[in-house]
Amino acid sequence: MTDALNELGELITAKRPDCVIFYEVAFDELTVTVAPAHIVGLVEFLKNDAACKFNSLVDITAVDYPPRENRFDVVYHFLSMYQNHRIRLRVEVAEDEMVPSIVEVHKSANWFEREVFDMFGIIFSNHPDMRRILTDYGFRGYPLRKDFPTTGYTEVRYDEVEKRVVYEPVSLVQEYRQFDFMSPWEGAEYILPGDEKKENAK
Amino acid sequence: MDGSKGFDDVQTGEQQIRNFNINFGPQHPAAHGVLRLVLELDGEIVERCDPHIGLLHRGTEKLMESRTYLQNLPYFDRLDYVAPMNQEHAWCLAIEKLTGVEVPRRAQLIRVLYSEIGRVLNHLLNVTTQAMDVGALTPPLWGFEEREKLMCFYERACGARLHAAYFRPGGVHQDLPDALIEDIDAWADQFPARLQDIDDLLTENRIFKQRNCDIGIITEEDIQEWGFSGVMVRGSGLAWDLRRSQPYECYDEFDFKIPVGKNGDCYDRYLCRMEEMRESTKIIKQCVEKLRVEKGDVLARGKITPPSRSDMKTSMEALIHHFKLYTEGFHVPAGEVYACVEAPKGEFGVYLVADGSNKPYRSKIRAPGFLHLQAMDYVAGGHQLADVAAIIGTMDVVFGEIDR
Repeated sequence: MTDALNELGELITAKRPDCVIFYEVAFDELTVTVAPAHIVGLVEFLKNDAACKFNSLVDITAVDYPPRENRFDVVYHFLSMYQNHRIRLRVEVAEDEMVPSIVEVHKSANWFEREVFDMFGIIFSNHPDMRRILTDYGFRGYPLRKDFPTTGYTEVRYDEVEKRVVYEPVSLVQEYRQFDFMSPWEGAEYILPGDEKKENAK
Repeated sequence: MDGSKGFDDVQTGEQQIRNFNINFGPQHPAAHGVLRLVLELDGEIVERCDPHIGLLHRGTEKLMESRTYLQNLPYFDRLDYVAPMNQEHAWCLAIEKLTGVEVPRRAQLIRVLYSEIGRVLNHLLNVTTQAMDVGALTPPLWGFEEREKLMCFYERACGARLHAAYFRPGGVHQDLPDALIEDIDAWADQFPARLQDIDDLLTENRIFKQRNCDIGIITEEDIQEWGFSGVMVRGSGLAWDLRRSQPYECYDEFDFKIPVGKNGDCYDRYLCRMEEMRESTKIIKQCVEKLRVEKGDVLARGKITPPSRSDMKTSMEALIHHFKLYTEGFHVPAGEVYACVEAPKGEFGVYLVADGSNKPYRSKIRAPGFLHLQAMDYVAGGHQLADVAAIIGTMDVVFGEIDR
């Protein structure tokens, strides 16, 4: 399996050297890192090339890495029902960067790209209908970014006096619990009480 | 009629015929949950169909980032709540792939057994409620009786009828008692006859055929274009089934057929689902046969699974391990995987990014219904308003998984 994927990775790199930055095979899965500007061309190539035939789009999603310069990874998964193999494409984008939409090549990308926009605020250029999809009408913020709190900012309830649903800032009776599971002997990044004056305290 | 054929003198505002926009749902019995469709109608013909989803959005993926791997497992029951264990399966496979844990054989068989029970559960609900959407009332009553029995099997295995949390990374939570295996066998013996009853009621029924034949035809190109999976693919004649083409667990040693349709319409997909239930029953029978002889542990004992009860009574290390496992949770080595299963509705996948801690850095749930519903505008366009209900039914949408 891994050999076949390595071969496929070689093949794609050889045929489209301008698009592929590098490829790797891990856990029997092929991941190709692509430059944002070339994504549409590569997806089209993967769809039409006889050896690849990645006809169906499985998934588009993103991962947020706030400390990185190019903050987001946009991740595409494709499947070929004819060749029976899968591929993952990864595109690194900065926060203010746009990604070309692949709706022209795969119609099914439409909702996936809307979802990525909704959840991460990454804008896809040339998308026919860039609206929010899963969140509430009139929602603000991008929930799956790491700096968005799990509780969100607003809460809704039905107001008996106003006879309508009202939006209010979240008020929690108890603080949202995020436990720190890091062992203080290993990876903790805080200073233990009593260690403040120590010369080499972290 | 619009005054363009030389009747300018009688033209008034009322005579202008314009398209009609209606809201289908969110509170509509045929919407199978909370779906809001904005339909643009020309007479009774659907011109455009804009699904508004997200009314059941719970932010599962966000919540998962602040919980341990084991705490995240029950969220998967709440995605497609019609066949809960199939979803858990994908999550367990993803973790096992990253940690490299080998699942004991008995646990594999139990997983296959319950995945197939889940498939029957799902198809029973789908076939019968789709029939209800097109006008038949009896099939759901008969089908739900069988579903009830299957849910009892769920309950006897894990204590919950729906939210099972039974598949665990490294195996299944508890072993099955022998009596339960025998009861499942007895159920599998009588089920084909019950299925035949539903079959007699629907397959040759004139109204059912009129409502389903040639409705929502899907071609091979459509499948690729819209990323369909599951019965939506097989109904159009492509024998694509992950259990066969990319086998996981121990599906490769079971003898079952993959039913395919011919015309790719709602009626063929109905026939596929009926046939799949029969094939699932065959797999269940084979599982029971193997489980009778295959004894042994149901969890791969190690870092990611709890120690046995008896070990905990005697070994301090085991006790500490148990405590740490259920408070801190296990750590998964850094990496990213995509694991998928052939869920009853299609390819259900999990894309998991682990950073080496006890919580997933990011997990993306890939629901088959999301893609199926996306194509609603394309599939329903040009059909009658009444066919929209039949098409939603045949796409097998459940909003737990679409909205996540």
